[in-house]
Amino acid sequence: MGSRASTLLREEEIEEIKKETGFSHSQITRLYSRFTSLDKGENGTLSREDFQRIPELAINPLGDRIINAFFPEGEDQVNFRGFMRTLAHFRPIEDNEKNKDPTASEPLNSRTNKLLFAFQLYDLDRDDKISRDELLQVLRMMVGVNISDEQLGSIADRTIQEADQNGDNSISFNEFIKVGNLQHIYVWAGDHYLILTYILLSVLQDCLCSSV
Amino acid sequence: YNDVMCCVNLLSAWDFFSWATHRIERGAKDNNHLLYKPYSNGDGSNRDLDHASEFEMSDIFYFCRQGVESIMDDEVTKRFSAEELESWNLLTRSNYNFQHISLRLTVLWGLGVVIRYGFLLPLRVTLAFTGVGLLVVLTSIIGFLPNGRMKNFLSEQVHLMCYRICVRALTAIITYHDSENKPKNGGICVANHTSPIDVIILASDGCYAMVGQIHGGLMGVIQKSMVKACPHIWFERSEVKDRHLVAKRLSDHVEDKTKLPILIFPEGTCINNTSVMMFKKGSFEIGSTVYPVAIKYDPRFGDAFWNSSQFGMVNYLLRMMSSWAIVCSVWYLPPMTREEGEDAVQFANRVKAAIARQGGLVDLLWDGGLKRGKVKDTFKEEQQKLYSKMLVGTQEDRSRS
Repeated sequence: MGSRASTLLREEEIEEIKKETGFSHSQITRLYSRFTSLDKGENGTLSREDFQRIPELAINPLGDRIINAFFPEGEDQVNFRGFMRTLAHFRPIEDNEKNKDPTASEPLNSRTNKLLFAFQLYDLDRDDKISRDELLQVLRMMVGVNISDEQLGSIADRTIQEADQNGDNSISFNEFIKVGNLQHIYVWAGDHYLILTYILLSVLQDCLCSSV
Repeated sequence: YNDVMCCVNLLSAWDFFSWATHRIERGAKDNNHLLYKPYSNGDGSNRDLDHASEFEMSDIFYFCRQGVESIMDDEVTKRFSAEELESWNLLTRSNYNFQHISLRLTVLWGLGVVIRYGFLLPLRVTLAFTGVGLLVVLTSIIGFLPNGRMKNFLSEQVHLMCYRICVRALTAIITYHDSENKPKNGGICVANHTSPIDVIILASDGCYAMVGQIHGGLMGVIQKSMVKACPHIWFERSEVKDRHLVAKRLSDHVEDKTKLPILIFPEGTCINNTSVMMFKKGSFEIGSTVYPVAIKYDPRFGDAFWNSSQFGMVNYLLRMMSSWAIVCSVWYLPPMTREEGEDAVQFANRVKAAIARQGGLVDLLWDGGLKRGKVKDTFKEEQQKLYSKMLVGTQEDRSRS
């Protein structure tokens, strides 16, 4: 009489994922049932179509870029480990983590890794540089048909001008992290999101764990 | 839990505007703009609030966050699978995340299986066959009578009796509330849709004219014999696509006050009874009185939701008959009519909100058709438009100064 979801996910795997991503045990099992419910083919991996089936994601202007972030270079399927690894970037940074072992490798949700995630959303060809073209393409995704090419071009030019320091007309990761307004990612990517997901996850946790 | 979901709904709608305001204020601060000028314009308009911000690389985070939130949990996809229970009800089918606890529980479960499959199921199946068989036979007999009050009276009695037998066959324990609002002739009854059993539940308490597509097989036989006794509205498959034809037949029916009220499920598909999804506007354009009905099942004794992609009708009915019971509440809401200046879509949303409120369900704007189909691109274009408006304001601003 085991349960469908967690018998397929062994305790050792949960421990490994916990160490790698920092999610708690109940969060991992919760996200695993989410993963299985998205996995219509029931083969233990998600394809791009599985993500596209989420209507709220399909109407997101940057939906395709976000989905792409889950898939490593050249692959069409993502397993649960990869799924969790990508989601781990969005875990908020807790204060006590800052004092952890300094020799341990950087946690997935560190500030640098969050910024790297954003950088990779812009960097379409994964060559570690955001060219004018790439910036234009991403801008075009966000605005649709509502802004003319010239206007969009001038927005892109201004943005690159402000960020580019070594004059190669593209933005490298080091130049990206120095861009001033990215300080604000904490307000929107961190706290707000944190409140929302923690409410959801903890309420669901309580509902599921309080009985049987 | 439902309250949290409602909050999430509201929050995401509110999200964009609060984020946009924050951006504008930040942009204004960075550029030393006076954002909220006093009413210096002659017409007192707040046109300066349209001062947008310039593009920033961090804008990507808004969309990114929305996207990842929807990956972790979204409002729509979970409506198409059975509701998760808080605690196990000794049915293997409801067992999602519950772990093996004790031997005693397993024994209890085993006992439950014996009772359900050995005793309840055969009893119920017998009843079901009796009920359906009587329906077909008796309605065919009544079909031979001449049209008139006697025929209508007999037909009503036969329908009610057979549906009540079917209710027993499912061991459905139904509580009807506010029966004074029961639908009357010439009206349209709309309800939220969870499974084909909804029809049996409503029709065992009152007489309705059913609307639907003609099926083949056993269903077709039942449909053909039912329509002999009293006028139901069955459509051929080809006619279903023709919206004008459908609307015409429905309005002809409601105009005839001797005919029974029509029963329609405007969602168009089965939803898992935690929410009410978009109502198709067709039935609300006809202009007659609408009698909303809210149906809420208690999933602890047996989940009534029919996941048609998971199992077919026969399999579904067997599962229903081998659950403990189907427990539900039916609320008859006061009748509503379309108000002045309200179009069909707004009317439909008003009715939907009333049903959702009464049944304790989440009111969603999403289309139930998303169960099978893709979402329309217009929604994405809406978001793009909103974002562009925020950026474009900068350009106008520049040309002004």
